[in-house]
Amino acid sequence: MSKNTVVNTTINGEPRVFLCEPRQTALEVLRETLELTGAKEGCGNGNCGACNIILDGVLVNSCLVLAVELEGRTVLTVEGIADTHDGEGLHPIQQQYLEHAALQCGICTPGFIVSTKALLDDNPTPSEHDIRLWLAGNLCRCTGYDKIVRAVQDSAEALSG
Amino acid sequence: MATAPQYKVIGSRPPRPDGVDKVTGRAVYGNDTQLPGMLYGCILRSPHAHARIRGIDTSRAEALPGVRAVVTAADLPSLEDKFEEMGEGGTANMRYSSNNILADDKALYDGHAVAAVAAVDLSTAEDAAALIEVDYEVLPPVMDVHQAMAEGASILLEDLRTEELGERKEGQTNVATHFRHQLGDVAEGFAAADVVIEREFNTATVHQGYIEPHAATALWNDDDHLTVWCSTQGAFAARGQLSGILQKPVADITVTPTEIGGGFGGKIPVYVEPVAAVLSRKAGHRPVKIAMSRTDVIKATGPTSGSYLKVKMGTTRDGRITAAQATMAYEAGAYPGSPVPSGSLVILAPYRLDHVQVDGYDVLVNKPKASPYRAPGGTNAAFATESVVDELARAINMDPLEFRHQNAVEQNDRQVNGLPHGRIGYRETLEMAIDHPHYATPLEGEHQGRGVAAGYWGNWGGKSSASASVNGDGSVSLLEGSTDIGGTRASLAMQLAETLEIPYEQVRPRVVNTDSVGYTDLTGGSRTTAVTGMAVHELGLNLKRELTARAATLMEVEPDQVAYADGVFSSNGTRMSFNEVAQQADASGEPIVGTASVAPPQWGTAFGVHIVDVEVDPDTGKVEILRYTALQNVGKAIHPSYVEGQLQGGVAQGIGWALNEEYIYGKDGTLLNGSLLDYRMPTALDLPMIETVLVEVPWPDHPYGVRGCGETPIVPPAGALANAIHDALGVRMDVLPMSPGKVLEQVWSRNGS
Repeated sequence: MSKNTVVNTTINGEPRVFLCEPRQTALEVLRETLELTGAKEGCGNGNCGACNIILDGVLVNSCLVLAVELEGRTVLTVEGIADTHDGEGLHPIQQQYLEHAALQCGICTPGFIVSTKALLDDNPTPSEHDIRLWLAGNLCRCTGYDKIVRAVQDSAEALSG
Repeated sequence: MATAPQYKVIGSRPPRPDGVDKVTGRAVYGNDTQLPGMLYGCILRSPHAHARIRGIDTSRAEALPGVRAVVTAADLPSLEDKFEEMGEGGTANMRYSSNNILADDKALYDGHAVAAVAAVDLSTAEDAAALIEVDYEVLPPVMDVHQAMAEGASILLEDLRTEELGERKEGQTNVATHFRHQLGDVAEGFAAADVVIEREFNTATVHQGYIEPHAATALWNDDDHLTVWCSTQGAFAARGQLSGILQKPVADITVTPTEIGGGFGGKIPVYVEPVAAVLSRKAGHRPVKIAMSRTDVIKATGPTSGSYLKVKMGTTRDGRITAAQATMAYEAGAYPGSPVPSGSLVILAPYRLDHVQVDGYDVLVNKPKASPYRAPGGTNAAFATESVVDELARAINMDPLEFRHQNAVEQNDRQVNGLPHGRIGYRETLEMAIDHPHYATPLEGEHQGRGVAAGYWGNWGGKSSASASVNGDGSVSLLEGSTDIGGTRASLAMQLAETLEIPYEQVRPRVVNTDSVGYTDLTGGSRTTAVTGMAVHELGLNLKRELTARAATLMEVEPDQVAYADGVFSSNGTRMSFNEVAQQADASGEPIVGTASVAPPQWGTAFGVHIVDVEVDPDTGKVEILRYTALQNVGKAIHPSYVEGQLQGGVAQGIGWALNEEYIYGKDGTLLNGSLLDYRMPTALDLPMIETVLVEVPWPDHPYGVRGCGETPIVPPAGALANAIHDALGVRMDVLPMSPGKVLEQVWSRNGS
């Protein structure tokens, strides 16, 4: 077993310290060490987006980031999304996914919600094509994406209104 | 036409009870289970497509610090043939299931599990698995039905004998079964035809592609009670398989279903569950979690069959189909049990046929054992038929929907197995397709085309139970055993609320473990909203009867003097609300609880009709989907958003199967595309919005008219797309997937270049 490293990071606004092996991914440490199981492993090699997190404002696949790379960085996971919005309860994006029935099994949903947040932070008024292109890094096998795209369109409207 | 019943809850679109957990990341899926003292498991898999296992040396793995147990097939009981219910009317032989989850004397596909390790963490488990030495004698593989059925083919299972039209045939073979459906006389039928068309098709192996890899945690306790937390389509089905494979009474097994990240049929069989169980036993009764990687999922679970299909159909000039004949050879994978039986009921289903013959072959190849995939065996079957039907319609210059309408199967018509159809509503669905604005919209552009196709799935009845308690505040706690994959907590709570005539929010559904509710068959066969819905309706009637009796006691009248409507009990001017009766009964009498269980002898089937517009790039062969409309008879849509979602999702999977998805193997039978980069499923960018039309011709034997709706929508897309490509470019596709290269090959072959 290789030597463990201490990592100091900020996750969802809170300082966190963890020990990890150099070969462990950010996803593995989030899930197994920090018990933040909202990020999911669908593929382990950056193709499905189920593990997406926002790292210093940039959308990344946490399965492609090493845990040691979180040193000194700021991480937003699905568990922290609701807190980024003023007011009680869910973030408007989460609310729109629910109202549009934009999830069936729900395993891809945390990744989609994180990706949607990153999209709308970057582009508050995306076209349907913008949405489909941005979300092409997130696989959903249940919905055919129709209701997801509509949820994102209405999220954009809710956030700009 | 009779007036449709007026519902208060059914047909509305309330939020799902599990919704908040799923948008916040709190929902606990298979791999999210965490238990004190939990060990991590890792499975070693065969790198060969076909090999005899001469020996396994686990000593170096066992010696690694942190390793708690190593298991092989020797740790599983040796089984006789024993069959377990697997849904959609199919069964599985537990001897083969056991050999599939840990290979016995032979590894039969690239990725076949050979041994497993439990260790203190995942890294140690992976390191230990790499230290296991397996002595393989590599054998030649057979990779499709043509190779497997050829003279002198390499044999997978030496003891397999063909069941040939019901008789056991002597001699080694890879053909597990040959069956036949026959009605009338096809020779006579073809003689009456003016046009006869016969075509052959080959389709690739594809995967269900659920985003959540299989994962299970098992605790084999010191008292020998086994508890398994897993992502499964059916907790009772998992319990039954665990019992069969481990030779353990069901009394000693509890299966707790976690949330499930998609299944589509692929999470009916167990894979990692029994392995985690024997690891737990061997590791000193500590809990062991095993989660598959994506590559494991693609290599060792799922797929549905690659196939060879031959379809011959004849029609008169005025558009009457006179006869149809089909030959279907489906890959079973490494052990018998392809979906060719269910595919044989789909292949000609939309057509009224007096003369028909269908021959089905279940064929072993060196690929993972096929498991059900949404309308198992239906998509490839319908691709063949719908292509031939399109060609026939064009040959007699008839509109393809009109041609289907003229030949549409109806109630009491016989299916190929001789059984009559019930009320089906296919004709109504076709008429709505013919009248749909999509069908009348002109195409623009040289390389655009429109295709249509029909599809069918028979669904499944099975058995379901439900129980509930009425709480003192009037809320109703509903316990059910159907895995919720796409919103069925909502659709079941809605049916109970409708029956009890109370608001939806008052019903609180829970999916519970195998000790907490009556036996319930798995979520498959599009059965949960329909059949567990029947159980929930009956449960509602039982509760209503009990509450009426309680109200009568409180009002000091006889129960038959009490009327109930809109949540209010009344008798001779005295009125008590549902909540008041619940509160007073709770305070003064026995708690109000109810149960119900059903096993319906018949259930509703579903027909669909799809219309698709494409634009094909003649230089690259890429097919772009411009517009898609799916119409389907759903009986009654309980929660229309989730019914639309079933149609849209089925269409998307059908499009992936049609245009992109395939297992690609090297010459040595090893898989070359075991990742989601190279196994190419549709993304948001590949699809347009998918319009749905919910045709509501109720199933008469369901209290609310529900038909299962989830599987039929995957059946028509491949045929509809093939017909659209023909309309765009004038070439007929005879292969799936119709990937750009395959489309170009057809174009080049037509152009003679």
